[in-house]
This record gives sequence, C-alpha cells and structure tokens, in this order.
Amino acid sequence: MPVTPVVEMRGITKVFPLVVANDQVDLEVYPGEILGLLGENGAGKSVLMSILYGLLQPTSGEIRIDGKAVEFDSAHDAIAQGIGMVHQHFMLVPPLTVVENIVLGAEPQRSGGRLDMETAARQVAELSQKHGLEVDLQAKVEDIPVGMAQRVEILKAIYRRARVLVLDEPTAVLTPQEVEGLYSIMRSLADAGVPVIFITHKLHELIGVCDRITVMRRGKVIGSVDTADATPPLLAEMMVGREVILQIDKSPAEPTDTVLTVDSLTIDAADRDLTLLDGISFEVKAGEIVGVAGIAGNGQDELLDALSGLRSPTSGTISLRGTDITATDRRQRIRSGISMIPQDRQREGLILSFTIADNIVLGEHRTTRFSSRLKRKFEAISAYARKLMEAFDVRANDETVLVSNLSGGNQQKVVVAREMSRDTKLLIAAQPTRGVDVGAIEFIHRNIVDMRDQGAAVLLVSTELDEVMQLSDRILVLFRGRIIGEVAGADASLETVGLWMAGHREVAT
Amino acid sequence: MSEIHGSSINNLNGDVSESRLPPGIVHIGRSLVALAFAFAVGAVVMLIIGRNPIEAYSALITSSVGDKFSFGETLENTTPLIFTGLTLTMGFQARLFNLGAEGQLLMGALTAAYVGVSFSAPAPIHVAVALLAGAIVGGLWSGIAGILLAFRGVHEVISTIMLNFVAFFFINYMVTGPMKEVTELDIPQTARIAKSAMLPRIFLPSRLSAGFIVALFTAVAVWWLVMKTPLGYELRAVGRNPDAARQAGIRPRRITVLVMVLSGSIAGLGGAVIMTGLFQRYQQGLNPGFGFTAIAVALLGRNTIPGVILAAFLFGVLAQGARGMQTIADVPTDTILMIQALVIFFVSTPHLLSLFRRRKAAVAAEAEV
Repeated sequence: MPVTPVVEMRGITKVFPLVVANDQVDLEVYPGEILGLLGENGAGKSVLMSILYGLLQPTSGEIRIDGKAVEFDSAHDAIAQGIGMVHQHFMLVPPLTVVENIVLGAEPQRSGGRLDMETAARQVAELSQKHGLEVDLQAKVEDIPVGMAQRVEILKAIYRRARVLVLDEPTAVLTPQEVEGLYSIMRSLADAGVPVIFITHKLHELIGVCDRITVMRRGKVIGSVDTADATPPLLAEMMVGREVILQIDKSPAEPTDTVLTVDSLTIDAADRDLTLLDGISFEVKAGEIVGVAGIAGNGQDELLDALSGLRSPTSGTISLRGTDITATDRRQRIRSGISMIPQDRQREGLILSFTIADNIVLGEHRTTRFSSRLKRKFEAISAYARKLMEAFDVRANDETVLVSNLSGGNQQKVVVAREMSRDTKLLIAAQPTRGVDVGAIEFIHRNIVDMRDQGAAVLLVSTELDEVMQLSDRILVLFRGRIIGEVAGADASLETVGLWMAGHREVAT
Repeated sequence: MSEIHGSSINNLNGDVSESRLPPGIVHIGRSLVALAFAFAVGAVVMLIIGRNPIEAYSALITSSVGDKFSFGETLENTTPLIFTGLTLTMGFQARLFNLGAEGQLLMGALTAAYVGVSFSAPAPIHVAVALLAGAIVGGLWSGIAGILLAFRGVHEVISTIMLNFVAFFFINYMVTGPMKEVTELDIPQTARIAKSAMLPRIFLPSRLSAGFIVALFTAVAVWWLVMKTPLGYELRAVGRNPDAARQAGIRPRRITVLVMVLSGSIAGLGGAVIMTGLFQRYQQGLNPGFGFTAIAVALLGRNTIPGVILAAFLFGVLAQGARGMQTIADVPTDTILMIQALVIFFVSTPHLLSLFRRRKAAVAAEAEV
C-alpha cells in the first residue's frame, strides 16, 4: 500500500539572478520518519527549506501536504499548514519567559481578550512531558542554556500544531550529551506522528539517527539512501562528487624550539565576580600542533582573545620565543608573526562588503608591499589575491567579487589563505572548519599539517572533538577555565577526552 | 554602536545587493525616483492652493540657471552644501553619523572671521591661514564628539547635535562680546575681515567666489582619501566590521576619533569659505542651515562623492530659484522647504518602488550564504 507523504515537494526550481539555487528538486517526507538532508554549504538546502517555510517562492514546482497542493505566500501560511522550523539562529525574545515565548502569537485568551497564561503553561507542560522536552517554563529565555533554548524552539513549533518539523543544523551549538538528548526527542516526535527533516553537513550525525538520507549537490538532489545502506565514504562522495579523504595522514611531529609560552594566565570577568580562565600554563613548540578541546564556553574565547592581543589578562604572561608579549596589542602581535584564524569568520575574520582582494590583505594592508603612504598598491594587491585564490582554491570569478557573495566554505578559505600565507611563527586556528563542507575541511586540515611541517607552531582550538583528535600532536582539555587534562595525540581516546570535556577528571589516566 | 549604525543607516542608504543592476545605476535611479515624487507632490499642493505648477517650476529653473548671474548665485549656494554634504559622507564611510556639520561650519566661519579681522598678511597667505584655521577648529569641535564616542561610548548622533547648541551660544557670546566690532552703532557683529583675507570672486556679476573651486578640490581629496589611501581602507573596514578590523590590528578608537576630526574639518573649511568668500563678517544670528540641509544632500547623493556634488547643486538650485517662483508664479518660498522635506522623506524610503512592484522576502539573497 503506497503511503501518502506528509510533505511532498515536486520539481522545485528556484532561480536567482545569477544562480539556479534549486533545480527540479523532489523531496518527500513520510509519516514516522526522520529524514536527513545532507549537502555542502551552497548546495541549496537552505533555499529549499526557505521555500517549504514560505520565506521564498519557487520559480516553478509544487508543494503538497498530505497529498493536497498548497501555496505559501509567507511563513504565516506555512505555519498554518503545519510546517514547523527551528532555525540555526534562534528566533526567541530573550526577556520573555519560556512559556511566553512558546505561546507568543498564539496565546490562549480569556473572555475580553485577556491573556490566559495558566492555560498556556498547562498546555505547554503537557506537550513538554509528552515528548521529553525538558524546559523550565518560568525561566527567562535570556537566562537559559542554548540546549534548552533549542527545546523551546521545538516546543514552539509543536505548540502551533506542526505536522512536520525542520531542524536546521541543530547540533552545531550542543554538547555531546545534549546531542544525544536531541536525538531521542527527534525519535519521540517522529513516533508521535511528526516527521523530522534534519539538515546538516556532518556525515556521521545522520547515520545514527535518520531513517533515510537525501543528498543535495549544486541545487539538485543526487539521491536518497536508506540509512542501513549508508556509509560515511558513500555519503561524502555523493555530497562532494568525488572521493574524499576523511582521515588526514600525517607524520609524527618533530617539535623543536618553544614558540609560545603561556604562564599562569588568568582572566576575571569584568562585570561579575567570576574567573573565566584560571591560571593556565602550556607551551607550543615549532613543528607541533597542540589542540585545545572543550565544550564551548569553558574559557576558549578568553584564551583566544588574550593570545591575539584583544584582551589583557588579569595576571599571567604570554611569551613568544622567550620574549614577553603580554603587554603588546593586536597590531604588534601580527608583526611579530602570530596569525589567527578567528572562530567566527563573519564577525571577526572578514569584512563581508569588501572584495576578496581587500579581505586578503586585511592586516597587511599597511605593509610596503601593498601600500605607500598615500596610495594603496592595487596592482600588487590584486596579483597577490589572485595567487592565493589559486593556491587555496577559492572559487569565485575573480578577486573583485564581494566576500558576502561567497559560500561559507569559500569565505573560510579566504581567511585561511590570508592567515596561512604570512610569515607565521605561530598559527592560532580557532574552529578552522566551522560550517565548512567536507571537501574544504580536508583541504584546510591538509594545510594546517603542512604549516606544521614547515616549522610553524600551531595552536588549534576547536569544539569539534574529531578535529582535535585528528590533527593534534598533543591535546589539552579546557574545563571551566582550567586545563583539566593533557594527553599525546597518539595516545588519546575519544572516551577519555570526552569525559574530560564533561569535567570527569578522576577517570583519566 | 555598530548595531544602531548597521540597521538604521544601511536602510537609509538602501540595500542594493539584491539587484541585478550595478549599484551606481540603482543609486541614481532611486534618487531620481525620490525627486520625481517630491516634485509631483509639490505640484499637487500648488494645484490645491490654486497655482500653476508648470509655471512655478519653469520659474524655478529660469531664475536659478537661466542667466549668468543666477547661475553664479546658484553655485555660490551650492558651495557650502558640498562641504557639509562631504562632512556627512566622510563620517558615513566609517558608519559615523555626524549631525554636527552646522555647528562645525559656524565654528569654522567664526574662526575665519577672527583670523581675517585680527591679523594682517599678504593676500594669498592671509586667506589660506583663515581657511586652514577654520578647518582646524571645525575638526577639533567635531573631534570632541569623536573622543566621547571612542572612550566613553557617547553616541555621536547625540553629541554632535548637542555640540551644535554649544557652538550657537558660544558664537553668540563672542559676537556680542569679545569679538564685537567697536562702533557707535550697537550691532552684534564682528568687524569686516581684511581685504587680504577675502576669497576672490570668480564669476561676476554673481557673488560666486573661488570657494567653489576649493569645494571641488576638497571633494576630490576626500574621494582619494577614502578610496585610495590605506587610511581610507582602514576607516571603511572599521565602519563595516569593527571586530574584524580590530582582529586585523586596526585600532577602531583611533580611527573613530580621526574620522570625526577629518569630517568636522571639512565643515569647518566650508564655514571659513563662506566667511572669506561671501559674508566677510560674522553677524549674530547667521544661521544658514547648511549643516542640516547637508543631511538631505548626503541622503540624496547616497553618500557617494559625485552624488553629493550633484545633490548639493540641486539644493542650490532650489534655494536660488525659490524667490523667482514667488515673484513670477506667486508660489510661496516655503513651498521649496516643503519640497526639500519631501525629498528627504522619499529618499529615506528605500523600497519606494517596491510599493508598486511586489517584491518578496529579501531573505533570498542571504538564505544560502
């Protein structure tokens, strides 16, 4: 007996001025299933989901819900038809409570249009219990952790009687434990008749949790596979269009001189009585990659700001090749050979409305190579940008393209190209592959290892445990502002490091 | 501060990224549409009060650019607006909204009057010193707002507007007190500046002075500074993304102060130009509104340098033609103020055209970035 899909998208095509974002895309979601939607950045997943959610209108194609054709002029229409979506960036009102956020726009009312928050709280509590979505109903959203905020978003969608739930990159912000929790929530929803579309570009996430996986590439659906038949190499190949090396091979490190010395570095919060970084000490030698693992928010931001020179520590010292540089600012540190791939490329790494060329010289724009006092050397800048685009495989027509028009992966390559092409003694790479597709991850990892082999000291700070494990010659684990454990890369096991990340030191060897 | 800039001012400037056409064309197109709307609404109002808009608008044109004298006077009106328009545009390159051009201009004018009255020197040197002093004082005046913003987080919109009032009252004090001309008549004004401190008139019989040339030269200099120099690159970087600029070793505070100083010095130079070129003495109540009209000029010119020059010229035409409109077509000069206001209104409505052409979800462009 053929089952009617809950949602069916047929022949969806979306044409933008310069690009066909979706090309005859078919997608269907059946009752009770979790569908993985996999694709590189720029493959057309978000456009497809924006069409499903009524934010964009397709150039051609049809959406059916329970077999009936529908048309969405806005997200409002889509919500009314039972499409629920949890965006990567939460759409919550921070000063309102959890329950207020959930019912916002669909508040139960007493006679005379008065709010009925008791009923609201009761209804939400029921829903929350039914699906194991633990939330603190009366807490303000601004005070709750990210994982809970995500559950609030899910509840919000279900409260509006979502028939299908779309989760856009939901695991990016979660700890491993929270990810497990999310998976069981997804399963519970699917079993209760709300199928889930799970969007991601991380392969291994899908295989554990999905029933079926649909892969997109360059605006087209490449195919759908049942999870039982899926393997990471297969998915990677479907996604990228060629064979991908998921495991970087690298020779053992040959560390030489000490480049970076951090001694008893302590940072207190400016506005609260809180120690964010608590007397940490470590070294990074030339020719080695030291990885700093840890769940986001355990002192990484403060460590990175202190090392790059944006924040002066409360106490402790930072030395580069034996010279105390604690008091120097960002500009001097760039000159002394510290390169930095910041963790958020759009916030700290790039100027989106500048061209690729202008971004590639950012930080070196005053050097005599690229500028005289009164005039920048545009020829030299362009030539350099073209060279780096070639070497780092930045895909764009030319160096005058605005960075805002590049895909996330290409944006990251611009940052990586810039920071890795300097005369670098110390490279600080923070989340170097965040939001980047597998093909680009492979490429960036290769470059980091090459830099090490050429004698640079590399400090890798990442919340992606796989990444740290794969690249690092030594691993430090940050927990609540302290280094809770240290282990040689070759000896590290996922279990041990994972436990340290969660703060369980006593189990460590 | 960056949030406020990001949202409100980007909107005013209009987001052209989604369009197929080159941004320049879109800018020009939008400004022209706004102008057309303003003049159309103006015409409707004239019809309502029983005047002939065609007659009025042709009077506006003939009495502003119809003969040599009018044309020269129009350019003389244009000159200070170029300076103050550039003041705003310069600030805007670093996403700073300098609304203090009026005060900075008047401080520059007062300074030039002081130099012109109190010193003597051979002609080219005297006038050059007067202009330079005006620019410096204008820059310092604006620099106060820059320092308050960089080191105390005081929003520059507030501080620059407030500094306007400080300037007004300071100038009132100066021209009724220390700098007042000593005569039997009790007039609150400075003495006339020395001949050697006056800018030559270059387009007789009109009063157009060489200040117009200075204005065009300044425009080119600002363009060069912003587009070609490493400093210009840095200030644009700070304006667009201060965090990334900081990460690249640029010092945003320093840039903020510098941009405010540079921006104010343009207004100050403008004040010195009108003092040495036109007014020749500072009279109490000199309140030409160039700094405020500059907001409209910068908006209409889309914060581009050629755009500012064209928009300044248009407002010069309006100011010069208003009287002709009144005498020939019996349309009150206040109508011109109304049209100016309408221009601002329509320019600040970036999606004017889309009222007619239904355009959906601008999210599109960013959806998959």
